[in-house]
Amino acid sequence: MSRKISYKDAINEALSQEMERDGSVIVLGLDVSGGSGSEGQKSDAWGGVLGVTKGLSLKYPDRIIDTPISESSYLGAAVGAAACGMRPVVELMFIDFLGVCFDQMMNQAAKFRYMFGGKAVTPVTMRTMYGGGFRAAAQHSQVLYNVPTHIPGLKVVVPSTPYDAKGLLIQSIRDNDPVVFMEHKALYAMKGEVPEESYTIPFGQANVVREGKDVTIVAIGRMVHTAGQAAASLAKAGKECEIIDPRTISPIDWDTILKSVEKTGRLVVVDEANPRCSMACDISAKVAQDAFKALKAPIRMVTAPHTPPPFSGALEDLFIPSAAKIEAAVKAIL
Amino acid sequence: MAELKKEDLLKAYRTMREIRDFEERLHKEFATGKIPGFVHLYAGEEAVATGVCMHLNDEDRVASTHRGHGHCIAKGVDILGMMAEIYGKKTGSCGGKGGSMHIADLDKGMLGANGIVGAGGPLACGAALAAKFKGKGGVAVVFFGDGASNQGTILESMNLANIWNLPVIFLAENNGYAESTGVKYNVPTPNIADRAAGFNMPGVTVNGNDFFAVYEAAGEAIKRAREGGGPTLLECKTNRFYGHFEGDAMTYKAPGEVKQQREECDSLKIFAAKATASGLVTAAELEAIDKEVAALIDEAVEKAVAAPNPTEADLLTDVYVSY
Ligand SMILES: Cc1ncc(C[n+]2csc(CCOP(=O)(O)OP(=O)(O)O)c2C)c(N)n1
Ligand SMILES: [Mg+2]
Repeated sequence: MSRKISYKDAINEALSQEMERDGSVIVLGLDVSGGSGSEGQKSDAWGGVLGVTKGLSLKYPDRIIDTPISESSYLGAAVGAAACGMRPVVELMFIDFLGVCFDQMMNQAAKFRYMFGGKAVTPVTMRTMYGGGFRAAAQHSQVLYNVPTHIPGLKVVVPSTPYDAKGLLIQSIRDNDPVVFMEHKALYAMKGEVPEESYTIPFGQANVVREGKDVTIVAIGRMVHTAGQAAASLAKAGKECEIIDPRTISPIDWDTILKSVEKTGRLVVVDEANPRCSMACDISAKVAQDAFKALKAPIRMVTAPHTPPPFSGALEDLFIPSAAKIEAAVKAIL
Repeated sequence: MAELKKEDLLKAYRTMREIRDFEERLHKEFATGKIPGFVHLYAGEEAVATGVCMHLNDEDRVASTHRGHGHCIAKGVDILGMMAEIYGKKTGSCGGKGGSMHIADLDKGMLGANGIVGAGGPLACGAALAAKFKGKGGVAVVFFGDGASNQGTILESMNLANIWNLPVIFLAENNGYAESTGVKYNVPTPNIADRAAGFNMPGVTVNGNDFFAVYEAAGEAIKRAREGGGPTLLECKTNRFYGHFEGDAMTYKAPGEVKQQREECDSLKIFAAKATASGLVTAAELEAIDKEVAALIDEAVEKAVAAPNPTEADLLTDVYVSY
């Protein structure tokens, strides 16, 4: 049965159902229970900094594990436990903290299978929060999903709806490779239809969010919704946009993107990240290489500028790609 | 208290009062929804920043934390600029680009508040290395919390500072909590300062709510560092009066825990009692400071609210020196 729940609750439900099903699923992270060693409420005091894991420590007291502020060691411990038969879900509070623990993700989790000649299995899910809009400034607002995508051996998941968040998280936990699961902090409150029962969404299957014949818009994560606003406005002027949400960017569903561009002949890529060496570049290059003949106009990229995220709301609103900028990009190639 | 003159006491009190009022005012203003982003208040911990920074000059460097307002004020950063920065205004210390978690003033030796827990340790080692090359006796202080004490960067920095004999003070602000997690869970030794033994440096634990205790211990550590005696780990046990960040309900604290701390461990009350008992300053002199500081904070908020936002022209600047 389906009902409307938030993106945050969808993630919580996926964790809960997988923990119920499989005793090897453990959750580690800063304050994922909260209150350990405190003078007051000693468990479930926070349930994660924004409450995503709320309630889980009451159901699974031994498997929701608070960690010290030692990302390198606890993320790495999750990787090591995964290589030894557990199925850890480890939370890196903000993707910006990747700088503290990148080795364990990049050189350890990502490489075991290859370096060891295909013998290792490292089923770790690394959940993390990304993106702007919270006035959280340069060290708490970055997007960075392109960074793990660059690294062979890691899978990268970027759900844009509560439905996708639940199904993709369950898939991530069951998947036998290391997965980086990217949650946009501005989507947590968003509500949508989500089945109560457990289900999975396979990796590498894009979602055609909106069909149209005039232009293909590939948008990632939160930008799927911003692109939707632009498309709605363009529809009033008779322009039909096709919006594609890749949902996972490693692996990525090139077929759906290429097929759409073959149909429309035009591509706008919307990526909340900085522009250099980005998903926007990656997708544009693939289309330029494989669908060049179908293109009737240059590809356009709508991204943040090449600066760190600013603090002031007046600047951050200009920094994050807006529906107006997407609309302008579409108009420029139609 | 022997070496502290009347003017020092008045200065220390003013700094602590500025920090307290700044934070209490932010607490109120945050509730109105006018302040953007994450704000971590230093109220309750004033004696630590003040007792340490009284020994420092503008050439000495401080690496701060996400809870950085107190360090900034004690290091002499302009309060009007700080308030405007927290409101995201163009007139702020960082032009509205940094916000509460990134206030910095390099001219004052303030290397910045920091959004990355533990990031200050290596930076302070670098500042100390630079000071060593300059050879003028400069020192660096890294403030870090009980939570941050478990970050690899902090522990690695303690090792580095000791093998290179750097003039660094590792200033552990132990307020009992890292977000909602108690220090008892995170730290296996009774005191954070116990870790100093592992690096062969002095480790000292003091009551961080007592300005005089902090002042004395920090003075010794800083003097030793200036004279080439190397680093010290100084732990100040203190309390934070508000949530981890504004909006935190603090259910992990015992009922009455903060109330009791406010009654028994308030650094300003402790200071006022000791300072007036010394006979060097009077209650009336402290009250006069209270009034001046209240007016300063009012002015800071008024000016911050009225100040202009940064504009599109500011969006692409300041990324590089040249590009
Ligand atoms: C590398 C990193 N990990 C986690 C966080 C999130 N975070 C911000 S403050 C904080 C707690 C810090 O505790 P402590 O060091 O005791 O300082 P306090 O807040 O008590 O002043 C955490 C976990 C962060 N900002 N950076
Ligand atoms: Mg603390």
